[in-house]
Amino acid sequence: MVLAPFLQGVINRTKAIAAGRVGQPLLQAYHDLWKLLRKGAVYSQTTTWIFQTGPVVGLASMICASALLPFGAFPALAPFTGDLVMIAYLLALARFFTILAALDTGSSFEAMGASREVAFSALAEPALFLGLAALARQTGSLSLTSMLESVSGTMWMRAAPALGLTIAGLGVVFLAENARIPVDDPATHLELTMIHEVMVLDHSGPDFAMIQYAAALKMWLLGAVIIAIAVPSHAGNPLLDCGFSIMGMLGLAVITGIVESSMARLRLLRVTQLLIAAIVLSGLALALVQR
Amino acid sequence: MKQLVNAILVFLVLTGFLLLASSRLAACIRAVAIQGILLGLLAIAAQDGKLSVVGVLLPLTSAAVKGFLLPWLIVRAMRDADTAREVEPLIGYNLSVIIGAVALGVSVWLGQRLPLPNQPASFLLVPAAFFTCLVGLILLITRSKAITQVLGYLTLENGVYAFGAAVALEMPILVELGILLDVFVGVFVMGIAIFHISRQFDHIDTGRLVALSDRVS
Repeated sequence: MVLAPFLQGVINRTKAIAAGRVGQPLLQAYHDLWKLLRKGAVYSQTTTWIFQTGPVVGLASMICASALLPFGAFPALAPFTGDLVMIAYLLALARFFTILAALDTGSSFEAMGASREVAFSALAEPALFLGLAALARQTGSLSLTSMLESVSGTMWMRAAPALGLTIAGLGVVFLAENARIPVDDPATHLELTMIHEVMVLDHSGPDFAMIQYAAALKMWLLGAVIIAIAVPSHAGNPLLDCGFSIMGMLGLAVITGIVESSMARLRLLRVTQLLIAAIVLSGLALALVQR
Repeated sequence: MKQLVNAILVFLVLTGFLLLASSRLAACIRAVAIQGILLGLLAIAAQDGKLSVVGVLLPLTSAAVKGFLLPWLIVRAMRDADTAREVEPLIGYNLSVIIGAVALGVSVWLGQRLPLPNQPASFLLVPAAFFTCLVGLILLITRSKAITQVLGYLTLENGVYAFGAAVALEMPILVELGILLDVFVGVFVMGIAIFHISRQFDHIDTGRLVALSDRVS
């Protein structure tokens, strides 16, 4: 959980190197969080308590979700049967409150961002669910911990196509949910083209720090699921396994940075096509494991 | 070996979706070419190690014809007919992909309850073959240009070929060569027909061929 903002630093550094710049320090995200936490928050007079609840609920559900997620050799803090559904709904809850808070400001930009977010996440969610369902079917368990633990090298030998498709589907979801480039540009300065950033324009100070940290956690969460499938390491040594998983996460961040540097943002209409493709990929993975 | 067959079949299904989703004619032609090559590989991989000279040469010939010769013919026909590079479907790309997903579901369902005389190399073979046939049909129905009709026809043929790989591992060499020749001549004739249609009407939109009818409208 402490490492989560570091991922963004790695992505930014990769992008900077690809663009020929030196780039911001790797720990910039931590500095930003610290700076924001020391500031006061400004609340618009048109907003209500919903606006202030948004970031709190967002961060709380992300923390709950990360309690359900195993990492490396360490099992999740609180695993139970069916927690993959819980995780998807915690993500949805956080999104719902972000959207409510955005609508609460009464800003037309934020409403626009909210509408886009809803439209895209409505498509990203089936992809996530189908991918997790395929994984559950393949491993024969309904808890993320035991599910991700039973993914191993031998399973790759047996069901490489299904696992590969699942990773591809979840990868698109990862990019879409975290507002990375083919879907949304996190570095844009134009409100009209933003999706996620525009919804949190009015948040300031500690609230904004919570939102940023929640976003970092979300990226860590989805990334950890992908990495647990892609780099299954069960060496028996907890430190070694954790090291492998962290290396995997860093690799994922570098790949994301390369994708961002080499692609332009898709037109909004094409984004739906990309997400439908993700649904199809996950659905195909699910069809593959049915037998 | 089974993993290889499965991987090839997954790629086959993915090229089917690519055909439904891509808006560029060149991309569609490439997808059909890749399908042809994949099918050649599939026919070799499905033999399960019992390779013979004929068993390797025949799929390779088919892959060469479908992967290089036919696409080249179609690209030439496209260039001669001065067509635009967009596909111009009658329904949207998203809808096409969704219909494709439904078709995939139907073929998986169908593949599970279809009794076969012998066990296919992979449980996915029959669904993938059905799906490729259905994609061909969808392309034939929803795309309006003559070139995309040819692509739909080729996809349909690819599906039938994949199905052949599923049920009849040892088809007589003459039959297979005959089918290949038929497809080749078919595409050749269609290329010429496209050229003539475009010269006569200045476009290759099949919807407007209705104007040829004798009926006074």
